[in-house]
Amino acid sequence: MLIKSKVIKYGDNINTDVIYPGRYLEIIDANEMAKHAMEDLDEKFHEKVKEAKIIVAGKNFGCGSSREQAATCLKYAGIEAIIAKSFARIFFRNAINKGLVAIECKDVDKINEGDELEIDVEKGEIKNLTKNEIYGVKPLPPFLLKIIKAGGLIEYLKEGKNEV
Amino acid sequence: MTLAEKILSEKSGMKAEAGDIVEASIDKAMSHDNAALVIKYFEEIGMPLKIADKIVIILDHRVPANTIKTAEAHKRIREFVSKYKIKNFYDINYGICHQVMIEEGHVSKGMLIVGTDSHTTSYGALGAFSTGIGATEMASVWATGKIWLKVPETYKITITGELPKGVFAKDIILHIIGELKADGVNYKACEYYGIVEEMALADKITIANMSMEMGAKAALFGGDNEGPYEKEFEFDVSELSPQIACPHSVDNVKSIEDVEGKEINQAVLGSCTNGRIEDLRIAAKILEGRKIADDVRFLIFPASMKIYREALKEGLIDIFIQAGGVVMNPGCGPCLGAHEGILASNEVAITSTNRNFKGRMGSKEAEIYLASPATVAASAIEGKIADPRKYL
Repeated sequence: MLIKSKVIKYGDNINTDVIYPGRYLEIIDANEMAKHAMEDLDEKFHEKVKEAKIIVAGKNFGCGSSREQAATCLKYAGIEAIIAKSFARIFFRNAINKGLVAIECKDVDKINEGDELEIDVEKGEIKNLTKNEIYGVKPLPPFLLKIIKAGGLIEYLKEGKNEV
Repeated sequence: MTLAEKILSEKSGMKAEAGDIVEASIDKAMSHDNAALVIKYFEEIGMPLKIADKIVIILDHRVPANTIKTAEAHKRIREFVSKYKIKNFYDINYGICHQVMIEEGHVSKGMLIVGTDSHTTSYGALGAFSTGIGATEMASVWATGKIWLKVPETYKITITGELPKGVFAKDIILHIIGELKADGVNYKACEYYGIVEEMALADKITIANMSMEMGAKAALFGGDNEGPYEKEFEFDVSELSPQIACPHSVDNVKSIEDVEGKEINQAVLGSCTNGRIEDLRIAAKILEGRKIADDVRFLIFPASMKIYREALKEGLIDIFIQAGGVVMNPGCGPCLGAHEGILASNEVAITSTNRNFKGRMGSKEAEIYLASPATVAASAIEGKIADPRKYL
């Protein structure tokens, strides 16, 4: 599984309230959720995501609420992968369960907004094509990869492989 | 073994040590208004409902319904509950999910509980391993009765010293979060020892609830002090002042001396963190015979209808109303900015709730300060962030 795109860069402790504000929790349709992605953090997000499908962030990305909409809205807004120094645990699980690639990487400080990356998800390798650098990351455990490849936990369970 | 290891061993039927990934059977699966999403995903999976007797659904986030969308979601939940004969359903007249879970006897020591709310860690106050998950994962739990979990390492946190007058459990946990930071316990369990072991259940709930704000997977009281502990921390609170978490992160914690005098527009008393009868009593003690400042709005929302009734009997509600407060129905109310008491741009709130993220309670240009119920009450009187110790 290869993901190649440009980077949108954010800092530490990006919380779920700024990713997806509580005032929109009543929304059930994922495409409608996507319209409010990053609304309280970055007014230019939707413009950026047209050509940058990878978010790179600091530590504790997705801290706060368990609201899965934070992962859902990013995926449906077009984000294909999030690379962070660390993730808040509920967000990490939600991302995987929604089929959104979430990878921890120690080298995020070397990556700048606008850099083009190529992520080899199985291998656990990030190529920075702009800077000609390679960052090794711990590959995701095989059963999490299976969930991501299926497109998320629902799709995975629907395939009848209900070994969660 | 740690308490987390013991519980996860029992629930997975294998020896579970920190770092292991186990598949564990859950005792209770709690959802609130977001059960509407869970239902949607559960129906997409198309598997039978395995654990109807373990599901608890409590409407609290946007109650009574604030919009047509919410009303439709609530309706869908009620239809589902009726169709699948889910007996543990609590409609809008009960209160905040975490309080209702405990009040209605759904929590006991040694249980494994998952909930589609991050503050599910609250039940650790009673020695349950309880943690937050997303709606999709809950749909899977409904279908399988199980969840995979990585057994967390445990941090031991010991509180020592005599707690000074006017300083409360909320101040203790804010102080700890300020020291350990927003990701200080990420993915870890914590076990609490020391003076907090002797505190009231209400105080333990406050501490277990807010442990989430440093990333805790579970926050447990009633451990056996066996370890192994990955880290150990000790906090002496004998000199602690009332603590305030300043905008825009819960770990931006300062002592009252550094914040007092900041003008406020709204004071909020309540929530799953601090909306219990003990919290209302201390606020009422400060407010009795006093009026809040003219240009301040003071909102009170008890954590449950039982607490509301108790507060009525004790005359606390009358004190709040006479002081100029607005008493609202139990629910999540203004805490998450979905309805009831939303902040305008450049407004400032002091609140006994649990998060002060940008935009949390309304406008992203508003400021939120987190504090104990006593500090909230004192601040409502003065119209600015105030030290409660002079009123006690």
